[in-house]
Amino acid sequence: MSNAITANPTAESATRAADAKSAAGSSEQYLTFMLDGEEYGVDILRVQEIKGWDKVTRIPRTPDYVLGVINLRGSVVPILDLRRRFGLETIAFGPTTVVIVVRVAGGHDGRTVGMVVDAVSDVYHVNLADSKPPPDVCGSVDTVFVKALATVEEKMLILLDIDRLIVHSLADDLLPGTEAA
Amino acid sequence: MSFDREMLEILKVFFQECREALDAMESGLLTLDASADDESINTIFRAAHSIKGGAATFGFAEVAAFTHGVETMLDGMRNRSRPITAESIQILLQSCDCMREMMMATETEQPLDQARIARLDADIRQILGEPAEPKPALELPAPTDSMNFAQTDGWRISFEPVSDLLRLRNEPTRMFGELQRLGTFVAHADAARLPALEALDPQCCYLSWNLEITGQIPRAALDDIFDWVDPRCRLEFTATGNPGIVPPILSPPEIDKIASLIAASQNTERGAAPATAAHKANAESGSIRVATEKLDNIINLVGELLITQSMLCGFAEGSGPNEPDRLRRALSQLARNTRELQESVMQIRMLPISFAFNRFPRIVHDLSRKLGKKVEIKLIGEGTELDKTVLEKISDPLVHLVRNALDHGLETPEKRLAAGKQECGTLQLAAFHEGGNIIIEVRDDGAGLNKAKILQKARERGLISPDQELTEEQIHNLIFMPGFSTADQISDVSGRGVGMDVVRRNIVDLGGHVQIFGREGRGSTIRIRLPLTLAILDGQLVRVGKETYIISLLSIVETIQLGAEHLNTRVGHAEVFRLREEYLPVVKLCDQFGIEPDSNCTADGLLVVVEADGKRVGLLVDDLLAQQQVVIKSLEANFKSVAGIAGATILGDGTVALIIDVPDLIHSNAEQRRGSAIPQAA
Repeated sequence: MSNAITANPTAESATRAADAKSAAGSSEQYLTFMLDGEEYGVDILRVQEIKGWDKVTRIPRTPDYVLGVINLRGSVVPILDLRRRFGLETIAFGPTTVVIVVRVAGGHDGRTVGMVVDAVSDVYHVNLADSKPPPDVCGSVDTVFVKALATVEEKMLILLDIDRLIVHSLADDLLPGTEAA
Repeated sequence: MSFDREMLEILKVFFQECREALDAMESGLLTLDASADDESINTIFRAAHSIKGGAATFGFAEVAAFTHGVETMLDGMRNRSRPITAESIQILLQSCDCMREMMMATETEQPLDQARIARLDADIRQILGEPAEPKPALELPAPTDSMNFAQTDGWRISFEPVSDLLRLRNEPTRMFGELQRLGTFVAHADAARLPALEALDPQCCYLSWNLEITGQIPRAALDDIFDWVDPRCRLEFTATGNPGIVPPILSPPEIDKIASLIAASQNTERGAAPATAAHKANAESGSIRVATEKLDNIINLVGELLITQSMLCGFAEGSGPNEPDRLRRALSQLARNTRELQESVMQIRMLPISFAFNRFPRIVHDLSRKLGKKVEIKLIGEGTELDKTVLEKISDPLVHLVRNALDHGLETPEKRLAAGKQECGTLQLAAFHEGGNIIIEVRDDGAGLNKAKILQKARERGLISPDQELTEEQIHNLIFMPGFSTADQISDVSGRGVGMDVVRRNIVDLGGHVQIFGREGRGSTIRIRLPLTLAILDGQLVRVGKETYIISLLSIVETIQLGAEHLNTRVGHAEVFRLREEYLPVVKLCDQFGIEPDSNCTADGLLVVVEADGKRVGLLVDDLLAQQQVVIKSLEANFKSVAGIAGATILGDGTVALIIDVPDLIHSNAEQRRGSAIPQAA
């Protein structure tokens, strides 16, 4: 499972996307992934690529959810384990385990970070006007990282605030409250 | 004023040359005094002259006019009709600054600081004994854009060249071609002067022309075309239509079309200007000047590389019995070529430190005047090369150190005389290589560090507890603490207590180290140690457990395998070993980095003795692997800095390996030992 999967939606979903876009107006596309049975979404414009899990170089003196760094075409990119980050039970990486590489704010001109998730799911159009702000308790994730809850095709999606999640994760010692999931 | 692309390239060179000329002027002026020889004045004069000439050529009338005054002043000095006084040098220095700002404003298409220019211009004129004139004295064809659209619908040009026009390399047909591009163009040749065929000299021009060109063409555009025509030629321009009185009658659609064209051209100009300005700003910081010699060297190496490559390709053809041997030889040649090429390419980034040092004579000159001190500056080792990035980042800290030395270190002439020193203080900036590092020293022979005062101030500001006892080194290091200043008065030079800590942080960020030495009353020396380059490192790969780390070869003193008998004592909780006559602490990388080692017995591992800041420790590793040059990648770019890790690199197999931050490990080890020693002492 080391081949990269293209981050672009398939032709079919692209047409579906275009249809939905014209119908919904101010909707955004979200890439969703599975984590411990729940479906999370990240803004697809932030997703740089999706790649298979590969060996990482561990970095000492970092929290356990920082699995290490990989060489992504010449740049050194950290890999975070989202299960560990959210304090979920860890599982062995399987054939569907993937790394979603995202671009987030921070650093000089943004950072590139990889997140290990159970599996990628789909690309959905989410009309932000229809989504709800997160309740105080939201699944297993600290609500500060949740941008909104959206319902798509009878399913609940947890839309993540990826900037905040990564910034907090890298500045682990600054915000004690966010450590406990 | 707008220029096309090609022109912009030429302009860029012009601005670059202006900067250099101004630097030359400035350094020349700083060494100038009444006894100066002709050559040094000539150098300054030439620099001013070439700026003036260039500015006039490119139509920067204001720059040219201002420089003209400066040039006149210098001319007077050159032929000794005008004395070289401190005052006039001061004005010339200010003029340099002013010209530099004018250049910068012109380059970025910003408005000029007219008030300042006028003030300095008046000063110069006063010295020259000329009445101050508000307008530039130089006449230059500088038509404004609004003038470009004179109310004409064409021009009639009468052009009667001199007969040797062609011999002067003027080509009428080329000019006509240019005219053709401006609008509808008709040329009527007048062959009246044409002689009979036998009398005709093919190199002579006997024709004259009546040219008609229609279209809204600015006069300046025509002037540009005929700019280089010999002045002896008769050339008359007559505007056709009714210039300036009745606008040409156009049908409404035509007017609309023109209006939209004008709007479009204005839009593009307006849109393009900020973009080019931004582009220029980027280009300035991002470009590098490379000595031709270095480039030639690289070209040679690339040539060799190509030969090796074709040699290797040859092996693919046939395979004789000796092939493996030859292949190995070729491969080792390839390895050598690549290494040399890499070294040469790295050399491109290396610039002499004079780029940073050259601004100091001026800073010292201005500041010493302001502070009423007499200071002589000495620059040593200006040719020492260091990485461009390091050079750029070290400039500001150096300025700070120099200002500090002038303000706090060196005394006023009276105090110096009273202390039995020479009236004129000395500030010395030196740069030299030491091992793989570059050392920069800022040394002054001023008052030195007043230990009692430093201690007192530190206690006043609560930086240390009142009863804390400190060694001399620790006291000296207090001045690097945030918020520390011994200045009794805050001046605009220094004294706010933000500075030395910033200096130190900048240097540490560069992977460097700063030390301060000094004797009270005898002056002080600040020594900065910096790595030569930030990009590449000679690394020793080591294995700890299943992980690979890299230690900079420069910090490795030696590597030893210890027998248990050397590992004798434990002081506190730290393990130490005896290396010849010295006891060194053992730092176990497996413990530091939380790695499962091969063996828990220290005697089974290898000790890599490393040194930083004059302190040594032994790093315990499981095995030594290869030595190789590695390209340093920052961990911070996508992650954050990690204690004990200086960066990362990508190994030959594509995996990431981390580079150990030896100074940090040594430092934190010392802290830990101090931490564990306190309970024992209590």
